[in-house]
Amino acid sequence: MTPDDPRHVNAQRIETHEIHVITDDRIGRATEIAISLVDKPGALLPVLHAIQDELSYIPAEVVPGIAKVLNLSRAEIHGVISFYHLFRTQPAGEKTVFICRAESCQAMGSRELEAHAKASLGIDFHETTADGAFSLEPVYCLGNCACSPAIMINERVHSRVTPDYFDELIRAT
Amino acid sequence: MATKVFIPADTTARSLGADDVAVALSGLKAAQTNEIELVRTGSRGLYWLEPLIEVETDAGRIGFGNVTARSVCELFVQGVPPLEHKDCLGLIEEHPWLKQKRLTCARLGVIDPLSLTDYRAFEGFIGLERALKMSRQEIVSAVTDSGLRGRGGAAFPTGIKWQTVLDVSSEQKYVVCNADEGDSGTFVDRMIMEGDPFMLIEGMTIAALAVGATQGYIYARAEYPQGIATVTRALELAEASAYIGKDILDSGKSFHLEIRKAAGAYICGEETSMLESLEGKRGVVRYRPPLPAIEGLFGQPTIVNNLVSLATVPDILVKGADYYQKLGVGRSRGTLTIQLAGNIKRGGLIEIPFGVTLHEILHDFGGGSASGRPIKAVQAGGPLGAYIPAADFDTPMDYEMFKGIDAMLGHGGLVAFDDTADLGQMARFAMEFCALESCGKCTPCRIGAVRGVEVIDRIHAGDNPVENRILLRDLCDTMIEGSLCALGGMAPFPVLSVMKHFPDEL
Repeated sequence: MTPDDPRHVNAQRIETHEIHVITDDRIGRATEIAISLVDKPGALLPVLHAIQDELSYIPAEVVPGIAKVLNLSRAEIHGVISFYHLFRTQPAGEKTVFICRAESCQAMGSRELEAHAKASLGIDFHETTADGAFSLEPVYCLGNCACSPAIMINERVHSRVTPDYFDELIRAT
Repeated sequence: MATKVFIPADTTARSLGADDVAVALSGLKAAQTNEIELVRTGSRGLYWLEPLIEVETDAGRIGFGNVTARSVCELFVQGVPPLEHKDCLGLIEEHPWLKQKRLTCARLGVIDPLSLTDYRAFEGFIGLERALKMSRQEIVSAVTDSGLRGRGGAAFPTGIKWQTVLDVSSEQKYVVCNADEGDSGTFVDRMIMEGDPFMLIEGMTIAALAVGATQGYIYARAEYPQGIATVTRALELAEASAYIGKDILDSGKSFHLEIRKAAGAYICGEETSMLESLEGKRGVVRYRPPLPAIEGLFGQPTIVNNLVSLATVPDILVKGADYYQKLGVGRSRGTLTIQLAGNIKRGGLIEIPFGVTLHEILHDFGGGSASGRPIKAVQAGGPLGAYIPAADFDTPMDYEMFKGIDAMLGHGGLVAFDDTADLGQMARFAMEFCALESCGKCTPCRIGAVRGVEVIDRIHAGDNPVENRILLRDLCDTMIEGSLCALGGMAPFPVLSVMKHFPDEL
């Protein structure tokens, strides 16, 4: 890895922020996951999901290992990770708050809710609070459209979320 | 014998406190002395009444709506509450909102989704047993004769798609279920995954038998964790009882079925993009032809159907193609699973034969807007569908009639907006969303959507509005005619509908 390699910059940034230090364990674990799923046809998405489920994100450092196991180029894997909104390349906060931005929720005030959530957590979409407690992500429909606006916190959906209710949910989590 | 009390465990019901109700109820004396037995179900989709609990009586199930952990304790403090209780909704199946025609959704909210016994008790697996005794052509013909058209939105005749796959000879064929329900205002796929997963499994197995496929995939959106968990467990149970697997019900025929989790890309609801994703690639759309029916997943003939289309098949085999075909109007046969959402007083799931008008759905079922203000417009068919003005609410829900008013019926998802909605901003959002979700393969979509946002911003800022409106129409035209798939090809529809019906806003 050369100093101007983006992965190097990435790793340094993570270390200076002391969020996560990439260790060989993670690379080894990601490779193990890839080996366990390699026989599935079209295994890449299941592999990336399994890695993210365990590590909360897909560190750039694990890509060469899974590329080797799946017989793909690193570029192909990078291409897939960057294509899909739900794959993260930075660690997630302890809780991820998804706010639905789709039409049904907009019809019920999600634009105001979104502004409130950003102000109240002090972060924008795709960011994590300084204490690492919350990540904020947009989502385009949670299938909860009869009771809009909806948010999801760590796989739990909440209905008819007003700004006050949002604050209450954040305090309770 | 213990009286059964049914509490939905559906995502929306849980979001409204159904789990708290269940916990409170199990702590009561009636539960601990086995006077009552708690059963968790899916939801019938009367979402404005959730948590809606039901109590089994000799006359049928009686309902109690908007129950809370506190109110359930009061209700059951003396044991099972009587039908005469002031909060009782009466026999739930006679509820006016359920004056529907539940075929595909008949078991939702009724059965324990993971009980094979329940599923079988409500006609489950009869369709599969019939299919095992039929020839491939007989199964495909039944689906063709039923008039079933793809419920994902494109409304392509399902039987013709199956026939194409049947007619291609190949060592390996696939069945893929599109459960990437990404459109706002839709939730029936989720309800079925959470509330009646065996129906989907049965439908896919019948599809596999019909064309000779031995492997299937359910491509489910990651935003539905509970749906994925329920289907995953249902697949294990179905395989353990040989409804799928290497020897289906001792027939010697095999069908392996797996669920795959998507990763949040809206475009993967487009069938060729979905196939790319299943192959482990970026979800970039493919040129057609070849059709997926001829060269689909891993280059093999593949049935790609929407979840509701597949879930409808068992019932067609149980009741007969003729029964299904007789429902509906024009070329829209059978029932439509309407999902009523947005700014609406009584939102939820309405399965009803085609031909009902928007007005009946919005007012008789929906009760008008949630805010109490007039409904100004409805977006039908998801984010790529037109905004329909109140003047067109007398339009019957039929694929061709909707086309006649420059709208799209799609999957039957309806999102209502009251008169405070800024439809100019909604039009802008259509372009913004397209720009965000474009796979990038074709220029009209990738660049057009970005330019669309910019031009709309200029119009809203009063910058040469007359010329910019001409430019916007031109751009929409280019996207519609020049895009590879429905994303770029249809994202202009909401924009044009706002320009046409709400000219003050764009």
